Amino acid sequence: MSKFRKPLLIIGLSVLASAATALAGDGEHFKLGRVATPDELLAWDIDVRPDGLGLPDGRGTVAHGMEIFDENCASCHGDFGEAVGRWPVLAGGKGTLQADRPEKTIGSYWPYLSTVFDYVRRAMPFGNARSLSDDDVYALTAYLLYLNDVVTNDEFELSKENFADIKLPNETNFIDDDRTKEPFYADKSEPCMENCKPDKATIKAHAAILDVTPEDAGEDDQPANGGIE
Amino acid sequence: MKTETTRTTRRALLRAGLAGGTAALTTGTAAGARAAGDPAITEIQDWNRYPGKGVDATPYGSPSSFEAHVIRKNVPWLTSDPISSVNFTPLHEIDGIITPSGLCFERHHGGIAEIDPNAHRLMVHGMVDKPLVFTMADLKRFPRENRIYFLECAANSGMEWRGAQLNGCQYTHGMVHCVMYTGVPLRTILNEAGVKPEGKWLLAEGADASAMTRSVPLEKALDDCMVAFGMNGEALRPEQGYPVRLVVPGWEGNMWIKWLRRLEIGDQPWQQREETSKYTDLLATGKARRFTFLMDVKSVITNPSPQAPIRHGKGPLVLTGVAWSGNGRIKRVDVSVDGGRNWHTARIDGPSLPKALHRFYYEFDWDGSELFLQSRAIDEAGFVQPTKDQLRGVRGSNSIYHNNGIQTWHVTEEGSIENVEIS
Ligand code: HEC
Repeated sequence: MSKFRKPLLIIGLSVLASAATALAGDGEHFKLGRVATPDELLAWDIDVRPDGLGLPDGRGTVAHGMEIFDENCASCHGDFGEAVGRWPVLAGGKGTLQADRPEKTIGSYWPYLSTVFDYVRRAMPFGNARSLSDDDVYALTAYLLYLNDVVTNDEFELSKENFADIKLPNETNFIDDDRTKEPFYADKSEPCMENCKPDKATIKAHAAILDVTPEDAGEDDQPANGGIE
Repeated sequence: MKTETTRTTRRALLRAGLAGGTAALTTGTAAGARAAGDPAITEIQDWNRYPGKGVDATPYGSPSSFEAHVIRKNVPWLTSDPISSVNFTPLHEIDGIITPSGLCFERHHGGIAEIDPNAHRLMVHGMVDKPLVFTMADLKRFPRENRIYFLECAANSGMEWRGAQLNGCQYTHGMVHCVMYTGVPLRTILNEAGVKPEGKWLLAEGADASAMTRSVPLEKALDDCMVAFGMNGEALRPEQGYPVRLVVPGWEGNMWIKWLRRLEIGDQPWQQREETSKYTDLLATGKARRFTFLMDVKSVITNPSPQAPIRHGKGPLVLTGVAWSGNGRIKRVDVSVDGGRNWHTARIDGPSLPKALHRFYYEFDWDGSELFLQSRAIDEAGFVQPTKDQLRGVRGSNSIYHNNGIQTWHVTEEGSIENVEIS
């Protein structure tokens, strides 16, 4: 019991004193767990960063990507990435980010190509994840670039070597979280308690008119927006 | 089986005999006096006469059959497939600050992983002194802590950016829950592997079919994050990440990786799909905010509300709701019954814990007139819950995420209630 208590206290204190202590890894250890083997790391460490870190060896062309896409992806995402029904749209939407109904796709919205490779490799095709070879994923990523007009030559080959050179058009339109600068957050004065607005409240919009609540909604009722993501 | 049938039959017979007896009695004697009384009192109820089921009838207990309507519900057209979908906490049916485990909303991207805890591993690697693998048994040998936190999906109230849409707080605000977690501080586990000084970010990954991933700043990881295997005193529910999940207090729910299997340390964020394509907030300018981790100060009146209209008429009325903030505790909640013209400070009851739901009440005498109910929360950092119009004024209507605007419920003279937007 007392043996167990001590290291606990020390860790608590070192963290309080400075996060750097814990960071440097010189806090107390419990000697639990075992060292991961290289094969285990290889099996699970599949993430890819925008600078190309984590990319496996491999390559694939637009033309080959089209074949794989037609067979494994088009049933949900459409022949040209335009989507079937309510499955996600993968291409198009350029110039719609300020429109009433923005269409956020790889070409119109995504900041980095690495995300396409990483995500398709880890989660697609939906229902059969991790079934594609690394070369297949390169080819599909190349084809998605082609569907989004980022590359125009169907002989284009994407590989580990040229991957990090490719930029997606919307990369520079992402900004840091600046919510605390918004006027209603920056202004921390006491809110009004009495006679805060002049006239009696009048209704501007009813949810009932749209009637999209499940209990009362018909099958065809659709919300004004595309739902949650 | 046989005894059960015999007993039921005998009981049915008894009951039939008795009913006949009562009828005879009623016609025979003081029928008037009997009719004046409440039969719930004047008549002997079955449960008062016949013993109920024995102790082991439901070894794992479940709610009363009369509460069968208190369930999570989804909105089928919101998503393309139930495997990657969401359902909602019935906020209007619960009270206090703890959400019962079976009512906590669900959001999965690749369905519910059914994981054998004996086959589950947690790997810690990347910029560490030595990459480690832990079994569930290993994790349970670290010193643990118990903490109560809310978890809110960043898309909670997301539908309402474009105006009043869904009739019921379950649908407008039900992607939030609050439970007590049992687990190990994340820093304890990272420390075991020894984070290198260059390490600035953590990637957390799930073992489900979406292999969900999010980048978490190391500062947050070392502050108050947990690796939790328990909720509300028992093991995590499968739909909440059994056998182990990440807890990222006050930050958007998507980061609380369920079925947690991997923690990698790096010097940059990984720009995963859920922090680029999704969970970025598109502004009217066409620019999009990223890494908007914190869930802002928010509240909603849960009763009365569209799914819980006023059925009792004029007189004493209990108005209640929940408030929460990723910044810490809720300092105050104000309630308005006239659509924000005048505000009354509500009473917060129950524990007031940082980054947890707070329960508020405002009791008043309803005169039967039309009401516009609103609640406005203020957190301990001094942030005041904004109106939806204030939010739209700065951000536009296409942000999807982080809608913490003040909600209005319109109460008619009959007591029916509707989600509205007002002047
Ligand atoms: C059965 C239908 C289905 C098939 C087949 C399918 N997908 Fe998907 N795809 C989905 C769903 C559903 C999602 C969203 C998953 C979620 O909600 O997390 C998605 C998401 C994506 C996304 C991210 C979209 C975004 O905007 O964030 C990409 C890229 C993608 N799929 C590529 C592919 C590729 C490449 C293939 C073929 C190898 C494929 N998909 C096959 C259903 C499918």
